[in-house]
Amino acid sequence: MSADQEQQSIRCLVAKVGLDGHDRGAHVIARAFRDAGFEVIYSGLHNAPDEIVQAAVQEDVNVLGISILSGAHNTLVPKIIDGLKEYDAFEDTLILVGGVVPDDDKAELKELGVAEVFGPGTPMEETIEFVRENAPER
Amino acid sequence: MSGEPDHAELVEDLLAGKHRALARVITKIENRAPGYRNLVSQLHQHTGDAEVVGITGSPGAGKSTLVDKMANYYRERGETVGVIAVDPSSPFTGGAVLGDRIRMASNVGDMDVFFRSMSARGTLGGLSTATTDAVKALDAFGKDKILIETVGAGQNEIDIVKSADTVAVLVPPGSGDDVQMLKAGILEIADVFVVNKADLDGADRTVQELREMVHMQQDNTASLATGHHGAGSTGGHGEDGESDDHDEGEETEHWEPQIVETVAKDGEGVEELVQTLADHADYLEASGLLEEKARMRYAEEIRNLLRDDVGTLLETEIERRGGIEAFAQQVLERETDPYSVADEIIGPLEDCVDQ
Repeated sequence: MSADQEQQSIRCLVAKVGLDGHDRGAHVIARAFRDAGFEVIYSGLHNAPDEIVQAAVQEDVNVLGISILSGAHNTLVPKIIDGLKEYDAFEDTLILVGGVVPDDDKAELKELGVAEVFGPGTPMEETIEFVRENAPER
Repeated sequence: MSGEPDHAELVEDLLAGKHRALARVITKIENRAPGYRNLVSQLHQHTGDAEVVGITGSPGAGKSTLVDKMANYYRERGETVGVIAVDPSSPFTGGAVLGDRIRMASNVGDMDVFFRSMSARGTLGGLSTATTDAVKALDAFGKDKILIETVGAGQNEIDIVKSADTVAVLVPPGSGDDVQMLKAGILEIADVFVVNKADLDGADRTVQELREMVHMQQDNTASLATGHHGAGSTGGHGEDGESDDHDEGEETEHWEPQIVETVAKDGEGVEELVQTLADHADYLEASGLLEEKARMRYAEEIRNLLRDDVGTLLETEIERRGGIEAFAQQVLERETDPYSVADEIIGPLEDCVDQ
């Protein structure tokens, strides 16, 4: 069935959650993902965890990249993860966090189910490669 | 076809109203995942109840904002809404940034507005071929209203007619020259024109220009008698009430494209727009056009599917005979010519059909 050739595409939600208003990083990553051939849904600024969950579920993204610079990751990320679980979307979503996260918190986030935390200065290639290798199949 | 998953459980979950299942079905449709055809087949009998509205217009016309406000309006009336927003994809990498979701501020946290971004995935018209099937999924899920939002870049955008019952085209003020430019394509498909950002200078002029254009177009379509959009004024709501003398025994009322002014960011004019869309839906229903349009759409869908399938058959056959490159080489060396090659390959198929 070659006319029905599968067109798997990696879909990523790039989400800004919480109150911080700096989205330069999110824009850069969105653009880099696009150039890597991914389909990127950008959430815009100031999203509540609920909104992120809604978007991730409806868009059926393989990858959820949460960008947080405000330091509120310990409060916000668990809420998002709980929300994903509620809609059976946790198991097959690769959750990434980007931003400024202390090492102790990193371990905690990973325990919760975050696949990887990318701090400042991470080469774009590294993130893209990680997504390519770990994005769950649809 | 053997070994393909039949997705019975997924269909069940979708029909039971599980959002995750709906989302996954649309993904399978987009990906042309194994068994997706079967999936859509199973959904088909559950479709046909939703009102499908297409919204198109040039980039920056305010489509997303308007869609957001419309969805909000429908929700306040207790209706459920599905939105499909199609954005272009990069021809080089296939990647895309799907940014329309950002504007859905009025419906945040409301799961009964199911918003799905779709990439055009390489199709020129900006309307992914999977969109029609995704609409079916939303319809089967039980959405009352389905809004399809796509960028209207010109003539190829008229694809949206193939998925929507009613088409609204957004025209921002001051796009006089654009109006000229677009005349031949996108404007012909409008059942409703929306002059969004009507608070800006030049809105009145744009409305005026559209009005003139609608009347010119009426004359054109009347002489062509295409049946699409008919001609002449409607019973109650002809914008100017200027009637066309188009009398080929069509005693039913006609639909003259309406012009509605909105300021989407403030929600102004949304009620009137929704009412106008409803009027058009009523008109389609009453005139029997709704059924006729659906029939035409299905015919087209069947044709497309068959064309795809035949294309696949041919690809396989060409491969079996050594590949297209080999044929091209023979043509290059003047051993044969393209017509003979085509005859040679299609011949056996023709024989099969003749029998």
